[in-house]
Formats: sequence, structure tokens, C-alpha cells
Amino acid sequence: MNKNQANEFVFLFRQPALNLSPEGQGELQKKWMDWVGSIAAQGKLASNGIHLAAEGSVLKAGGIVTDGPFVEIREILGGFIVVKADTMDDAITLAHGCPGIDVGGSVEIRTAFA
Amino acid sequence: MEQHEAALKHLFKQEFTKMVAVISKLYGLQYIEIAEDIVTETFLLATETWEHKGIPLNPAAWLYTVAKQKAMQYFRRNKIYAEKVMPQLSLQQDEYEEMAELNFSQQNIKDSQLQMLFAICTPAIASEAQIGLALRILCGFGIDEIAEAFLSNKETINKRLFRAKEKLRNEKIQLELPSEREIPRRLDNVLHIIYLLFSEGYYSKTQNEILRKDLCIEAMRLGLMLTEYAKTNLPKTNALVALMCFHASRFNARQAGQETPILYEQQDVTLWDQSLINQGIDFLNLSTQGNEITSYHLEAQIAYWHSFKEDTSEKWESILQLYNQLLLINYSPIVALNRTYALYKANGRHAALIELEKLKLEHNHFYYLLLGELYRTIDHAKAKSNYENAKALAKTQTEKQGIQEKIDQLG
Repeated sequence: MNKNQANEFVFLFRQPALNLSPEGQGELQKKWMDWVGSIAAQGKLASNGIHLAAEGSVLKAGGIVTDGPFVEIREILGGFIVVKADTMDDAITLAHGCPGIDVGGSVEIRTAFA
Repeated sequence: MEQHEAALKHLFKQEFTKMVAVISKLYGLQYIEIAEDIVTETFLLATETWEHKGIPLNPAAWLYTVAKQKAMQYFRRNKIYAEKVMPQLSLQQDEYEEMAELNFSQQNIKDSQLQMLFAICTPAIASEAQIGLALRILCGFGIDEIAEAFLSNKETINKRLFRAKEKLRNEKIQLELPSEREIPRRLDNVLHIIYLLFSEGYYSKTQNEILRKDLCIEAMRLGLMLTEYAKTNLPKTNALVALMCFHASRFNARQAGQETPILYEQQDVTLWDQSLINQGIDFLNLSTQGNEITSYHLEAQIAYWHSFKEDTSEKWESILQLYNQLLLINYSPIVALNRTYALYKANGRHAALIELEKLKLEHNHFYYLLLGELYRTIDHAKAKSNYENAKALAKTQTEKQGIQEKIDQLG
């Protein structure tokens, strides 16, 4: 997928737990695919990353385990992708249009060290 | 007479790969060139003899008998068999006798060919040489035909093949099937070479129609060979065969005796081969078993949707999503452009233009061609300048002419 030598940035996706109908879920899924597809079409996707289920556990001091889904948390970490861009500004431009933002979520953009 | 010659040529091509595989199987892959020589000499003798006496009832059996004798003569004369092959076999006396004779049974031919397929598709050989070697040894193409397919000359091809065979010797590649555990991994390279063979035929630089079709048919034959053997008959094998069936179904509609290929949009659907489409659907169904999704799966599904001529939103939306997935596995400028074309068909010109402008494939004439196409009904001036860029970058005169026609149509 190498198009040219560029820096790598990680997009971390967070969004609130959504109560969507199957159709709504399908629609949102499609928007995500089109958005990632657009980045990939530009040859700027370094890795499709890992996508996280809403269920899980959190371990805290004293052996306290909290089990998810974490509906009470405003933004749940949903996964990440790695993109190639020359600068942080270019990376931010790529992050625009992320479907998660439209449903109250956010994209955290971080430089990745090799 | 010409028909007679064509029939012989076809027979020799078919038998060449079988005989070279069987001879190499018995004596070892390091003697592959000797095997080729023995088979070529056998064909020469056949041509001479049959000219006077007519073609025997079972020409293949005739060839096998002569090849057996020639092989025995050669290996006895050179004492290779006695000194090198026999000691390694460490068999009983009666087994020696049995082993010393080439076995041209249907089963042994099949096994040897399958093993040869894996041997030739070893990752040790660089892929360009590998396709040449595959065309020669697995498909029985002549050096002149291979040169024509690659738009190259015989000398270059000979050198390439020589280096590839040297590699087979130096790497001590054996004619055997990989272990069951190894097969899925080694199979990837085999499928890739078959895919390249097919593409070489389908998108070939050569104008020779018969040669191109032959290439595609041979690639399909090799793919089918893998589906007949349980351990290589994996979902991805079926996906590749499905993909080739769908593409091949449009072969006649695509060319129809003209120099410039007829684009999908303009094709006469009645020229599509419906039986190949149906076969493609059968293989596509078989490919969905298991969890692995390869690029062959995605490309086969894209090709499947193309077998419906009518433009429906379901069709183009499905194709768009498949291209989205394909890009995640396998980026290439052509896939990116095809994805944008699907986006245009699914979401309209404006949405597609925004995405297309981002691609910036400034050395690719298809990029400008698609820009020109999308601007055509929106902005004539932009359409024209993009078509002109495309024309300047196009490599052949035929392509340049086609683009000029589009410019003229703009008015």
C-alpha cells in the first residue's frame, strides 16, 4: 500500500454508544466503509487497524474489575486506523468527514513513532 | 491441411506439458531441459513419420512409447540413471525395473502436472521469469509465442527461462507436493501466478487474439486442476476460478474482431457466454465456505455484479463496497480509479469528482480519462483539458485516437 514515503498518524475513534436500528447500523457502517475507502483510494491508508467491540472489562487498582458495555461513558474507544500523511495538518484534513463525528464522536489524531 | 497442422499443434502443446512433467518426475527436476529436448525430438519424429504413414489411432500413446525409448537411451548413454538416479532410489530389483520406465498413466500424468505446478510456482523465482516458465512448462507455449505475449524477443525470453531453470536446480526444488500443512501458504503463490497468467492474456499488450484467448484458457485449466484435488480445492481456489469464468464470459463481446477493445458499457450482452457465467456462480458459491476473504473473493464478486448489464443502485452500491474492501487488502491506482467509477455510478458525478480530485494520479492517463468523463456533462472546458492530458499520456495510437473522438464529441 506504499505510495510514497510519508509520516504515519494514528486515528483513534471514540463515539457514544448508539441505539441504532439494524438499518441505521447498516447505513452508518456503509458511511465508515466509504470514508476509509476514500483514504485507501488515495493510497494513504497504512493499516486498517483494529476495531473494538463495545463489550469488555476494565481492571483498576485493588483488583476491581468493571465489565462493559460502557454505555455510561460518553465516548467509547471504537478502534483505530493508521494513515500516511506529510504533516499533522494533512492528517487532520484526512480525518474530516469521519462518520463518527456526525454521531457525536471524535477522532484523536496522533503522530506514530516508527 | 492447415486444419490438420492446427490439430497437431494443439496435440503437441497439450502433450508437451504432460510428458515434460512425467519425465522430470522420474529423473528429477534438474533434468528438465533434457526432458524438454526429449519431447521436442519425439514431436519431430512424429511429424516426419505421420506425414508418410498418417496419424496413428492413438497419437498420444505413440508419443509416449517413443518418448520412453528416447528417455531410456539418453539416460543409459549418459550413465546418469545408473550412477545418480538409481542409488538414490534404493529399491528392490523388480521395483527398479518398474521405476526405470516412464509411467504415462492418467493418474501419474495428473500427479506429475500438479507437482510441476507447485515446483514452477516456488517463491524462489522472480515473477516475470516465473510466468515465462509457467507458459513454457505448464502450458506448452513455444518461445516465439511467449515472446509475442510479452512483446519481447526470443533471445530475452530464452535467457529469462534459462535463469529460472538454473534457479530450480540451484535451489534444489523437488517435484513433490508440499506437506498438507504447507499447502495453504504455498498455494498463494500458485494462485497468484495463475492470476497473472490470466491477466497477461486478458489485458495483454499483444493484438494476437488467438494467443490471448489461449493464455486465458490455459490459466483456467490450471485453476480447474487445483479444484480437482481435495487439498488444493480451497475457497480461495474457487474464488479465483469464479473470477476467471466471469471475465472469460465477456471475452467475445469485448473484442468482436476489432482492434480497440469494446468497453463494458457498449458491449452486446448477447455475446456474453451465459454458461461461463453460470459456472462462475457455482464456483463463487463454493468460495464462500470458510472465513478467509481474499482479493480473489472480492474481485470475483465484483465480476459477478458486472454480469448483470442493467444499472441498479444495488449493483453499483455493492460494487462500491467491494472496491472499498479490496482497497484495504490490495491498493493499486487502477483499483482506486475503479472504486471512484463505482462511486460515480452509485452516488453521482459530483460526489465522485470530489473523490477523484483527491487521487492525484498525475501520470496515469486513465485518471484524466475518468476526470474528462465525469466533467463531460458538467463543465466542457474542464472535460476537454482533462481529455487532452489523457491523450498526451496515452501510450498507443489507437488510444489517442479514441480520446480525440471524445474531444470531438464535446463540440
